[in-house]
Amino acid sequence: MPTIIFIQPDGSEQRIDAPLGLSVMQVAVNHQVPGILGDCGGSCSCATCHGYVEREWAQHIPVAEPYENDMLTCAADVTESSRLSCQIIVTPQLDGLVIRLPPTSR
Amino acid sequence: MSEVLSGTAIIVGAGHAAGELATHMRDNGWRGRISVIGEEGSLPYHRPPLSKAYLAGTVTAQSLLIKPMAVFESANIEFIGGVRVNTIDRAGSRVHLADGRTAHYDRLILATGGRPRPLPVPRIQQRTPDNFHYLRTLADVDRMREQFKPGKRLVIIGGGYVGLEVAAVAIERGLNVTILEALPRVLARVTAPELSAFYAARHRNAGVEIRTDTQVEDVQLDPSGNAITAVVSVDGSWFEADLVVVGIGLVPNVELASDAGLAVDNGILVDEFGQTSDPDIYAAGDCTNHPNRFFGRRLRLESVPNALEQARCVAASVCGKPKAYVSVPWFWSDQYHLKLKMVGLSQGYDQLVMRGTTESECFAAFYLKDGYLLAVDTVNRAPEFMLAKRLISERIRVDPCRLADEGIPVKDLLTHP
Repeated sequence: MPTIIFIQPDGSEQRIDAPLGLSVMQVAVNHQVPGILGDCGGSCSCATCHGYVEREWAQHIPVAEPYENDMLTCAADVTESSRLSCQIIVTPQLDGLVIRLPPTSR
Repeated sequence: MSEVLSGTAIIVGAGHAAGELATHMRDNGWRGRISVIGEEGSLPYHRPPLSKAYLAGTVTAQSLLIKPMAVFESANIEFIGGVRVNTIDRAGSRVHLADGRTAHYDRLILATGGRPRPLPVPRIQQRTPDNFHYLRTLADVDRMREQFKPGKRLVIIGGGYVGLEVAAVAIERGLNVTILEALPRVLARVTAPELSAFYAARHRNAGVEIRTDTQVEDVQLDPSGNAITAVVSVDGSWFEADLVVVGIGLVPNVELASDAGLAVDNGILVDEFGQTSDPDIYAAGDCTNHPNRFFGRRLRLESVPNALEQARCVAASVCGKPKAYVSVPWFWSDQYHLKLKMVGLSQGYDQLVMRGTTESECFAAFYLKDGYLLAVDTVNRAPEFMLAKRLISERIRVDPCRLADEGIPVKDLLTHP
């Protein structure tokens, strides 16, 4: 099972075994990762699962659909690395994926 | 305070608010027992897909769980499903369950949600016909889905979100769909006439028949009395039906609270921390009537974000870390390929500003009052939705001309509204 590493703004880490096919948001919710809420259940409607994907990992993940980018347009603390983690599905290639949480995550 | 944290917390209900309360209370330092008592047997699950993907059959019941059992187990949260809480004995700090059990609480949190507003037709009060449906629970949809067969005549009573979402799924499935709406337009309680007209047109194009100003008075049953054969309106029109779905609103489940003498007025009355008129009892979610700072009045909302965000505040407050619930309401509804997202409450607006055209099926309708944004309805326009959340919550004054000007990027509207 791939491992996904969630890093909080204070640097603390959670390493989680992630079942293939789940979204990264659901993996985080299933392990109570602070800052990832997923309030809309993964329908790309709420932007409460915002995280930063480090550049070297971006090439292993399909690029964001326009709708995801639209949701990020006016979200807080958006950078070029921003993604909505409900739209990233766990694949074998994502073993070791690092997701950093934004500073203002509620 | 620290003693109470090792006491017993009972959460009544097992919907969105209840699940969020339980885990967040643990996160906020509640060391004692946490019991979640739900009338439905299931762990908390996502309700919005019930009228969309789950009705369409594209997702499984298992995938609807908000969090798996393992999360509740590892947080040492006890889940008692399929049991109703009958009464609260406030003097004795106990609840009485329908199965005869009694449980002591140090803090009680009511997350009882609501139930579908019943259709006031005497003929169906004694016994529910097999082809008559409300939509609130997984069981409701399981029952309804079996009858969702191409060619069947579906009559939907109520042109609100539930009715329209069911219509979208049904027409794509090949049913013949008629919506009966008592008011002059669909979505009348929640949007401007422009939006209602847009949605009515979209449904009619898909083949849905919409009858507005049509109030249902009665139904006709087959000789067995088990099935509705037609729906009858006040003006005497008949609508033949193979199945009927009713979506005419929600009734908050307040009886447990009111029977116990708690203050209730269109919902369980709570303060901004979710505390009821009894300091040991809190409430969260659809069942509450709570103050809203942005709109300067009390609100009772039927919404997932309200349930989750309020639950998080109440969880902290119960644990002695008072956190006021300060939130701009928001909602979403998916029909066909239209993603409708709304922020705020438009009631009392004095100006409607459109950005984009309804013909393009990609637009935002801004509702303003005195130059400030009250609400927005966006269709396939996520940037404007996110923009409006900030404009309303940060109370930023906006220039209507700039809002309407699509030449100005949305991002710039936030920095120079």
